[in-house]
Amino acid sequence: MNSNIAIEMRGITKRFGKVVANDSIDLIIKKGEILSLLGENGSGKTTLMNMLAGIYQPDEGQIFAEGEPLTIRSPKDAYECGIGMIHQHYKLVDVFTAAQNIVLGLKDEKLDLKTINSKVKEICDRYSFIIDPSMKIYDMSVSQKQTVEIVKVLYRGADILILDEPTAVLTPQETEKLFTVLRNMRADGKAIVIITHKLNEVMAISDEVAVLRKGKYIGTVKTCETSPQALTDMMVGHAVTLNIDRPKYDSQFPRLKVEGLTCVDDEGITKLDGVTFTAKGGEILGVAGIAGSGQKELLESITGLYPIKQGTVDFVTDEGKEKNLVGLTPMQIRKTGVGMAFVPEDRLGMGLVGSMGMTGNMMLRSWKKGKGVFLNRKSPEELAKKVWDELEVVTPSTSFPVRRLSGGNVQKVLVGREIASLPKILMTAYPVRGLDINTSYAIYNLLTEQKMNGVSVIFVGEDLDVLLELCDRILVLCGGKVSGIVDARTATKEEIGFMMTTVGGKEAADVQ
Amino acid sequence: MSSETVNIPFVRLAKRESMDPRKVWAIRIGSIVIAILLGMLPMFITGNNPFKAYQIIISGALGKPIYIKQTIKIAIPLLGCALAIAPCFKMRFWNIGAEGQITAGAIAASYFALNWYDKVPSFVLLAIMFIAATIAGGIWGLIPAFFKAKWNTNETLFTLMMNYIIIGIVSWLQGGPWEGRKGSQIIPMFNDSARLPVVFGIHCGWIIVLVLVILMHIYMNYTKHGYEIAVIGDSENTARYAGMNVGRIMMRTMFLSGGICGIIGFIVVTGANHTLYNGVANGVGFTSITVAWLSQLNAFAMILISIMLAILTKGSNTLQTKLKVPASISDIVIGILLFCMLSCEFFINYKLIFRPRKTEIKEASV
Ligand SMILES: Nc1ncnc2c1ncn2[C@@H]1O[C@H](COP(=O)(O)OP(=O)(O)OP(=O)(O)O)[C@@H](O)[C@H]1O
Ligand SMILES: [Mg+2]
Repeated sequence: MNSNIAIEMRGITKRFGKVVANDSIDLIIKKGEILSLLGENGSGKTTLMNMLAGIYQPDEGQIFAEGEPLTIRSPKDAYECGIGMIHQHYKLVDVFTAAQNIVLGLKDEKLDLKTINSKVKEICDRYSFIIDPSMKIYDMSVSQKQTVEIVKVLYRGADILILDEPTAVLTPQETEKLFTVLRNMRADGKAIVIITHKLNEVMAISDEVAVLRKGKYIGTVKTCETSPQALTDMMVGHAVTLNIDRPKYDSQFPRLKVEGLTCVDDEGITKLDGVTFTAKGGEILGVAGIAGSGQKELLESITGLYPIKQGTVDFVTDEGKEKNLVGLTPMQIRKTGVGMAFVPEDRLGMGLVGSMGMTGNMMLRSWKKGKGVFLNRKSPEELAKKVWDELEVVTPSTSFPVRRLSGGNVQKVLVGREIASLPKILMTAYPVRGLDINTSYAIYNLLTEQKMNGVSVIFVGEDLDVLLELCDRILVLCGGKVSGIVDARTATKEEIGFMMTTVGGKEAADVQ
Repeated sequence: MSSETVNIPFVRLAKRESMDPRKVWAIRIGSIVIAILLGMLPMFITGNNPFKAYQIIISGALGKPIYIKQTIKIAIPLLGCALAIAPCFKMRFWNIGAEGQITAGAIAASYFALNWYDKVPSFVLLAIMFIAATIAGGIWGLIPAFFKAKWNTNETLFTLMMNYIIIGIVSWLQGGPWEGRKGSQIIPMFNDSARLPVVFGIHCGWIIVLVLVILMHIYMNYTKHGYEIAVIGDSENTARYAGMNVGRIMMRTMFLSGGICGIIGFIVVTGANHTLYNGVANGVGFTSITVAWLSQLNAFAMILISIMLAILTKGSNTLQTKLKVPASISDIVIGILLFCMLSCEFFINYKLIFRPRKTEIKEASV
């Protein structure tokens, strides 16, 4: 039994200033098992794992390997102990090939391509990865980059693998592939820790689940003896109901008319091709599609951030008048009184200013308001306090840089600000990516609440189950074209999945 | 295993998360102490008493009222120019063309000083020179920003090259159209009416830069413009998302920055030199980058840092004449001091990890 233990953490405490990120946590990681680490946003999962990866050192407590105390001072120490962590943000050199990235930083390696390639190939074969060692990173999809990261860790001989939210950026098919690999590694006797907020994944992949809550260790349960509901209750600390309410808004009306929208990128590649749809006030219009099918361009072109080559975008006012938005800058759109809110996919790179606190970020919408040259700080400060309160953002103060908040809290700041602008159209791209289940439901409820206020909500999502449960209609994109628009109350997952890969979906396939 | 332990470097770097402010100041003060100790070395080597040398530096800079005045005169353009480049650096627009923008302002001011001194009263003349210098410096700063906004050219190279162009223009003026006595290669001294009035024994440029300190502090922290600059410095995409016109803001900020540099050029020609020559900026445009960086773009901290650098400059001049040490020795001392102060910021941001002792390695490799 004892020999089964790969790593044991005892009484680990880690503080950041006044914040206690980990409060005397005990955790056991076993060989040949997959352990899920579960907890709400900011509960300290990443921090705890970073101490195994050598990024932080514990303030108190001790890590043991095979009963011996272990000191991990740097990522390199961690590699030498056989611990490898795949972070949420990949740390690869873009202009290098996969093979170059894999051996990067290794000293005593004879750097001839042949041995490297054969060793990489051996690892890939063993766990059924697919990877082209000579491919450059910038040519790779997110999931391929992730594969390189995993191979890189295995190449260094890691026996203990830690994956921090690996599935957040993967499509369902890619996730399934990753899980196959993880199961192969488990069979090979490796110890695996996976952090994920998706309970169905926890149930599907793990042997045991360890739960953290507000920096404290709550307990470990066997996956086969628990349920999503029980896990959520453990995570949150009290019983929660997990279902999305989908009321119908009776007087829906057209709010945004898009016709023949076509966009081309810098290199002349068509990103959107004749997209036509009408978004209605009082509904949630879902947008489904394989990653990179034009979702980003669709939202950015409507908000004036991406150049439009052809087509029309018209906002319908409350009086029924149509206002053209093509060719306007975001500021011009805002000035014409078209209430448009946008939660972009890249939260810190586009939606927020990482180095500023909540107040500074609330100002991002209101900085231009008011006469004169001076900034109005008072109302953003009040708004920040309101969002802090209502969405239960975990932050020491409204001036604490948002870059240093946990992922979920960053998103709360962004969504909170956008909803507070009282929009007529609310566009969100992957709004619950990386959020814990409780916060995700809070966001779903906020969106539904907006819908019931007559707002036209556009929801770009990746989880088809959620899209089908939350939305009124779903627009399916396929390679920049509209593959079809379906009623979310009657459509099936299979139907949408088919439309994502074939323009026109079933009908088109039937004709062929 | 043993081969691997050899491969652990003796010391390596890791980025620090954050640091107690008291500790930060302790490091800063410590670095100055180390700098002073290290600075003794070159004097020791050249056979001088280091304590006496420091004493000369201090007394040479602050020993008599006249020395203090001279020191302050050195600090004025440094402070003003650091204020000018602060908004650019905050925006992550690397303006290293302050030297040229100062010179452009100086040329414009000199034009009116040389040609209009008998046409309008002194007060009006100075006002015209002030405005002309601001506009000229501003335009010289605007050009690289325009190219960056339109065609995304590299501002570092562009602003640097602009320095050499304008300095060349002054050389041409010196030997050509504005030359005083034929063959002298010197532009004549300004008429009295084109000289800055003296307040408390120093030309009133010090009042101008102190006003600028307050204005710049307000501009950066309390105005919409200051906010736009901070957002762009963090992420241009976010700025665009927030509806900011990034290109226009860049051009505006560079016009402002160049304009303030132009004012410094005006102060230098009317207050200190009373003439124009091709070395009018005298490296201030570069030294002020150090001032801006050391004070972390804080306008009030710039006052202290620029005075400190001025003390060093003035004091080491005295050192040269009194101890007859070569100019290079005092340059070395200043270099050591700056090096220590800049590198202490490095230790605030990074920490060193030393190779663990043998026993720990063994534990770590099980
Ligand atoms: N470098 C840091 N400086 C200050 N506080 C930090 C730092 N890193 C994390 N924290 C705080 O520690 C707590 C735990 O953060 P951590 O990132 O470990 O959470 P998490 O469980 O991974 O959350 P998420 O699910 O959102 O990724 C949070 O309150 C966070 O704000
Ligand atoms: Mg995390």
